[in-house]
Amino acid sequence: MILSRKWLNEFVDLKNVSDKDFDEDMTLSGSKVETVTREGAEIKNVVVGKILEMVRHENSDHMWVCQIDVGQGKPVQIVTGAQNQQVGDLVPVALPGADLAGGKHIEAGELRGVPSNGMCCSWQELGMTEHDWPHNPENGLFLLNHDPDLAAKGLKPGDDITEAIGYDDTLVEFEITPNRPDCLSVLGLVREASATYDKPYAMHLPEVKSAGGDIREHVRIDIDDPALCPRYTARLVRNVRIAPSPLWMRERLRASGVRPINNIVDITNYVMLEYGQPMHAFDFSCVEGGHIVVRTAREGETIQTLDGNERKLTPNMLCICDEHKPVCVAGVMGGANSEIVGDTAMVLFESANFNGVSVRRTAAALGMRTDASSRYEKGLDVMNTLPAVERACELVAQLGAGEVVDGFIDVFPNPPQPTVIRMDPDKINAFLGTDIAPAEQYRLLARVDIVTADKSFPGGAADVIVPSWRGDVQAMADLAEEVARFYGYNNIPCTLTKGETTRGGFTEVQRFERALGVTCRALGYDEIITYSFISPSYYDKIRMPADSPMRKSLKILNPLGEDTSIMRTTILPSMLEIITRNYNYRNKSARLYELGKIYLPRADGLADEPKMLALGAYGDGIDFFSFKGAVEGVLREAKIADVRYEACTDNASYHPGRCAKVYAGGRLLGVFGQVHPLVAANYGVETEVYAAELSFEALYETRGGKPEYQPLPKFPAATRDIAVVCAEHITVGALEECIRAAAGGLLREVALFDIYRGPGILSGRKSVAFSLVLRADDRSLTSEEADAAMKSIVAALEAKLDAHLR
Amino acid sequence: MKQQLEAIRASAVAAMENAADADALEALRVQYLGKKGELTAVLKQMGKLSAEERPVMGQLANEVRAKLEAAIEARAGELAGKAMAARLLAETVDVTIPGEAHALGKQHPMYQVLDEIKDIFIGMGFEVIEDREVELADYNFTKLNVEEGHPAREWSDTFYFTEDSSILLRTQTSPMQIHAMETRSLPIRMIAPGRVYRKDEVDATHSPMFHQIEGMAIDKGITMADLKGTLNEVVKSLYGEDTVTRFRPHHFPFTEPSCEMDIQCYKCHGAGCPTCKGEGWIELLGAGMIHPKVLEGCGIDSSVYSGWAFGFGLERLALGQYKISDLRLIFENDVRFLEQF
Repeated sequence: MILSRKWLNEFVDLKNVSDKDFDEDMTLSGSKVETVTREGAEIKNVVVGKILEMVRHENSDHMWVCQIDVGQGKPVQIVTGAQNQQVGDLVPVALPGADLAGGKHIEAGELRGVPSNGMCCSWQELGMTEHDWPHNPENGLFLLNHDPDLAAKGLKPGDDITEAIGYDDTLVEFEITPNRPDCLSVLGLVREASATYDKPYAMHLPEVKSAGGDIREHVRIDIDDPALCPRYTARLVRNVRIAPSPLWMRERLRASGVRPINNIVDITNYVMLEYGQPMHAFDFSCVEGGHIVVRTAREGETIQTLDGNERKLTPNMLCICDEHKPVCVAGVMGGANSEIVGDTAMVLFESANFNGVSVRRTAAALGMRTDASSRYEKGLDVMNTLPAVERACELVAQLGAGEVVDGFIDVFPNPPQPTVIRMDPDKINAFLGTDIAPAEQYRLLARVDIVTADKSFPGGAADVIVPSWRGDVQAMADLAEEVARFYGYNNIPCTLTKGETTRGGFTEVQRFERALGVTCRALGYDEIITYSFISPSYYDKIRMPADSPMRKSLKILNPLGEDTSIMRTTILPSMLEIITRNYNYRNKSARLYELGKIYLPRADGLADEPKMLALGAYGDGIDFFSFKGAVEGVLREAKIADVRYEACTDNASYHPGRCAKVYAGGRLLGVFGQVHPLVAANYGVETEVYAAELSFEALYETRGGKPEYQPLPKFPAATRDIAVVCAEHITVGALEECIRAAAGGLLREVALFDIYRGPGILSGRKSVAFSLVLRADDRSLTSEEADAAMKSIVAALEAKLDAHLR
Repeated sequence: MKQQLEAIRASAVAAMENAADADALEALRVQYLGKKGELTAVLKQMGKLSAEERPVMGQLANEVRAKLEAAIEARAGELAGKAMAARLLAETVDVTIPGEAHALGKQHPMYQVLDEIKDIFIGMGFEVIEDREVELADYNFTKLNVEEGHPAREWSDTFYFTEDSSILLRTQTSPMQIHAMETRSLPIRMIAPGRVYRKDEVDATHSPMFHQIEGMAIDKGITMADLKGTLNEVVKSLYGEDTVTRFRPHHFPFTEPSCEMDIQCYKCHGAGCPTCKGEGWIELLGAGMIHPKVLEGCGIDSSVYSGWAFGFGLERLALGQYKISDLRLIFENDVRFLEQF
């Protein structure tokens, strides 16, 4: 909402408040100022000039050399190519050094050899349009004296042009919150400014000079659906004389960002701006039968709106109709069939109240949000329709735009009772944490017209009446806000929350989550954040089997696009997308982790939302075992015991020979390995990519507790190396398990240190070497004891795995 | 014999003081003090002396031995010092050669900011809660006093899973207020961060998924002054002790009175600059007293209990703190970006 400060000053005189203070004061009382601009701020050193003499330029067939009085005693000589001026006309003169709209700068110069000390201007050069100056329609100089209102002003040569033509208003743009549609009007902001500065505003009650007749003889109005149209008020004007509006009205409209058109249309816009009540003017001759019916559209009905577009109406759209057809989309836009035109003789002014949601949906469906609909959609004051139409008719008479027919029609089936709220100053103080005297609280409320029945300021609780335009004020908390606003939010003290102490603190799960992140980073992995929604095609990209139950995802019915249309049931594609992006950015390597949710559909329509830890990596130094080292690091730091890796050949997303499921005891923690080359190819990545998907819940639930201190060894250990030759399919894990099982109680560590294939080893077999540490806690181990343990290990390896000492 | 001893002393001490290295010194020790050394040889002649001369010569001989031993020790110390100096010189490195790289991973910058905020509230006795993102419209809207027909509920603004608009992706973290009120015992002091979703096309300042943090305190006698005091403390922890704040009236359906909190621009201190778009203030968060209707809707007696709540967008905070100009960088996860933090 743009407010003209000149307009504001008509109601509450704040001329002495600077723009900066006004901005800050209004913002702090709740009307947030977005921008403050001055009309004509660009224009400098342009004055009113009077043409004293015009002679033809000696070297040009069209230019004029003018002597112009600019109030400096001596006339200035200016050459112009314009043709519409005559001696005696008043024109804007840009003197040397002047600035014009659009950054144009004027200096003295010569035109074909004749000195020219400035420039005579058109209204375009002042940044204005033909709508602002209907009496100066032609291209050429802006002839100030042709505008009757300017002519009447008695402009003198040398007057500053922006002041002279009223192009010097200050425009304040407010961000109006949706609960305050009353502030989408000059009067609403007048009331806020008046309350902010505690300065009463001059209320204007419209007085209509009517010219006889009776509207009821011409007009009948029926509301079919009072829920969508709670009130419809109308007045009739006859003998309409369409003409341009007077300058003062055009100025206000222009300042408010509305284009002046003609007196009748301008009056509707003026009243909408001033009162916040959208108005519509019908050419009454086009309302068949003189009968207005407010009803929803019928199947198949269409209307050509004022913007010239043919609109298809649907049965949920409210329309203003005559006996046969829609003539207006209610609260949105009028129909071309009843538009005010030059020969309109009778005008019906509509001032109605419509259901906000209905108007918003209709406007959205038709794709035309208008000044009217954007006001209606917030829910307007139902009591405002009559004063607004009265104001319109007052202006009709004042402007001589027609004769107002006596009487009005006001269909208002269910007038509401005023809102009355119990005001309890003690409660307000307790709620705000303030100590504001009760009478002072009532005084603060009275600033926004919330008053007791007798307008007194009592010392205790009392009923207060809320004005009709403050639909947002309904209960104690709302009164508290009004008191706080004008007491000043920044005058409320700052205290720390008292009351019972709470333990607070992170939960064990949260601490585990943090620790997990620390581990991943210590392992060199960077944290990423990815979107929770993916494209269904990503399941194909990761080669998820067509019949996989994991393809059953929650589907967004109104997604932004295919790529973000389903909730992921796997975190892998999100990780691969980021890996791919880094690869495409030619980053040499990336090690990434994310702790993110997946979304598994539930029978009740909601989702189970377990968290997954994803790791992903490619590039320098990344191979299966370095990546597995990271997975092991995560598990080790989580103190997860009894970890087992099992080759996994059937996960289509992963390389069948380089993928493992990892277990803690019997509990599956997740899967990791090299991403299948075909999947990598689907992403356009031509290098080995590794990924892990671990269940956060499984990691958490299998985590180790606080470790118990193990005494440091007091006795020396015996270290024995052992190399065995076994069949290729025997895994290191199986050998290790066999060694551990056979070693008895003395084995402390088993470490793989070599795998050898080649000369000396039969093909199809391999040599695997381990280093074993044997130790007893209570004595130095004898070599006999160590030998005995090794013997049973070797025997077990031979017997169980056909693995023989090399 | 006396002359012999004197001569040994003179020549031995001079030789020892000039010994070139530890080996030369050891050779001198053997030469003079060894079993077959010169001093030993002289002492062997002691037997030939008279009873009167013997103690005198004995004492002199001991003095000479002590002198020689002292000279050896002194020279050995000197030589060791020199050797160490030489070794240290030889071992000198160029300290400007870069160290061996240890690739530590980085926490995402936005979650660094989130952790900072969590820690501040944890220090104030709050707890951190999380909840579902696929949410009922009831929790996301209705129970938060956002009625049917409110623009935020339109399909143009919110992602829906069901035709009847009953299940959606939460558009704000505020439904976690409702979950907390319904399931926890009073008093409650919590913050609730999380992902939220709105139907915004991706650009430099918008993303269909982003993060918010919700905060809430409910107890007997909680006031708007408490809200201001708490938020001021938080902002000082985040932006420094001398941060200036202001509170402006605003509107949210689920708080009343509602406010927005601004901090004075940390760059221009209120004078107006590009960072604050000339306003001198930077909008930080929205807050207010929990609407009594919302409390009542969760079965909390608003005549006994009151509470405050706030919420803000994490992205904007992180962008501001790290001077990141484009929101898309946050979700792009380019390692060259991530590794800057």
